[in-house]
Amino acid sequence: MAGTGKAHLRDSPTPILRVEDLVIEYHTKGELPVQAVSGVSLEVHSGETLAIIGESGCGKSTLGKGILQVIETKSGSVVFDGVEITKLSKEEMRQTRPNIQMIFQDSISALDPHMTVSSIVEQPLKVWNRGNAEERKTKVNDLLRSVGLDPEVVGDRKPSEFSGGQCQRISIARALTLAPKVLICDEPVSSLDVSIQAQILNILQEMKNRYGLSLVFISHDLSVVRAISTRIVVMYLGKICEIADPDTLCDTPRHHYTHALVSSVPVPDPTIKNRRAILQGEPPSSTNPPSGCRFRTRCPAATELCATEEPQLREITPGNYVACHHPRN
Amino acid sequence: MSDLITISDLVVDFDTKRGTLHAVRGVSLSIAAGESVGIVGESGSGKTVFSRATMGLLRGRKVHRTGKIIFEGTDLGTLDSEHVREYWGTKIAMVFQDPMTALNPVRRIGSQMTESLVKRLGMSKADAKKRAIELLSQVRLPEPELALHKYPHQLSGGMRQRVMIAMSIACNPKLLFADEPTTALDVTVQAQVLELMADLRRDMGMAMVIVTHDLGVVAGYTDRIAVMYGGEIVELATTTDLFANVKMPYTEALMNAIPRIDRKRGSSLATIEGMPPDPTTNHTGCAFAARCPFAQQKCHDQHPELVDAGNGHLYRCFFPIGGK
Repeated sequence: MAGTGKAHLRDSPTPILRVEDLVIEYHTKGELPVQAVSGVSLEVHSGETLAIIGESGCGKSTLGKGILQVIETKSGSVVFDGVEITKLSKEEMRQTRPNIQMIFQDSISALDPHMTVSSIVEQPLKVWNRGNAEERKTKVNDLLRSVGLDPEVVGDRKPSEFSGGQCQRISIARALTLAPKVLICDEPVSSLDVSIQAQILNILQEMKNRYGLSLVFISHDLSVVRAISTRIVVMYLGKICEIADPDTLCDTPRHHYTHALVSSVPVPDPTIKNRRAILQGEPPSSTNPPSGCRFRTRCPAATELCATEEPQLREITPGNYVACHHPRN
Repeated sequence: MSDLITISDLVVDFDTKRGTLHAVRGVSLSIAAGESVGIVGESGSGKTVFSRATMGLLRGRKVHRTGKIIFEGTDLGTLDSEHVREYWGTKIAMVFQDPMTALNPVRRIGSQMTESLVKRLGMSKADAKKRAIELLSQVRLPEPELALHKYPHQLSGGMRQRVMIAMSIACNPKLLFADEPTTALDVTVQAQVLELMADLRRDMGMAMVIVTHDLGVVAGYTDRIAVMYGGEIVELATTTDLFANVKMPYTEALMNAIPRIDRKRGSSLATIEGMPPDPTTNHTGCAFAARCPFAQQKCHDQHPELVDAGNGHLYRCFFPIGGK
């Protein structure tokens, strides 16, 4: 992969979220620091669903947490609604955070098992002292209803009585209580049955339209994000490989890594055989990433140039940015 | 092909605080030698309990099992735990969803792999080590010698699943159960593991049962697919026939719910409304009736039996798609 570069950033219209040259490092005892996110730039426009795709260890979840400033960023900037949030004090960041909320993959462990569903959804309102008891109750009931749960039935029950899909609905309701502008979804459907996945994806879509949210949707599964995203960002070992709209990216992937990802997705049709270009091996260690293009060790088209020079993101066709010396046609 | 294993009318009930839980309600299935069968269903459909009961893994005071499990002429259901153990690993093996919890976290890969070779096949330690390296290269694990000295946490999820597969094929089983073998893995690694399992099956002539919630995963890797719902098989057909002539509305709903990469961006994904049936209750009608868009009064009153569409395509529905 790919490279750094910011050719894809646009200033107008003003994005709701703009990440520039973000670097996030993890330090472990006795080992070299790992750069999980290595100079990533991207922006999220108002009302958009930006998907971030990649394998385990590509830094996609770290990037999500970095945007929320729940982990320390080493350098780079995150501008939310015109404000640089990496420089904010703890209290200022706390004041900003209701605007950016997050939901997680394991929805059951993300909910306090001792609290009832309505108190879980109400808690953000209490913390921020919004409304009186009655107003809060109305708000909580509205939210639960909007994610397809009946407050009369579920309100007094505890998370352990619910399935993964229902817990994810509760998480969504909780994340929306403070009316955020951006919702970061970290693999929200990966641990759910396919039949339930579609329900959650539809709810997210509906919430986005109803509350004017912008979504950052982190996933390893292209088939899930194709249906719901406005743009897709492909990451590999902490860097961006390719950015495009879903149809362009899935139908004519230009980066060899994107192509491998697209071909790995199982197609539920037994008549389509052997279309899977299978990527050999697994990503190399990010403690000591390959020189030049980070994908070159698994890339079928790698040349010497790829080892010496890091490819920069450039626009190949309008809106399609690729960081590759030898893109596919 | 002759049948390797014939399961007839398997029923598994559990005693729970909430009453009797009917996990499997009379499942019959034959698997031929070398065949690959997919068992597909949502959480709670009974697919995992079915495969574990078939292996004889479910035992105890709170488990009630009836029905026959004839494997090469022997009813596994009648064997006591000492004797059924002789089948585990050597004749029937299993790969689980979560290789992190299936492997012992405080023992090196090498010692976990050689243990069964020494105990089961009576190999010497040196031979077992050699065989372990052979097995690890068979599952295409890079640097197998080094892997023997590692602990499970030092391997990635895909590599751990390869180790699990290597251990499960160590004694050349005739039947391999794989319970959601790729659900915890990235799509790229998922494809690698499925290809690997398909190759091993072909090379070793082993029959394989892939248990999963994702029809997309099994579409390219199975000869036949059984769809389970509410503890029963609701449709059983060859993979090509199932996708071409789906009969059961539930199967169709499952197919439509799969997000597909080969479809353009759509407005909204098809969902299956409602929840799977409560396994502690007895339903008089069709288990899917409450969620079925085509349900009529008959579906709520009578329980549909499995019907053969003529070519071995079985379905459990009064009003099948495309008529009878």
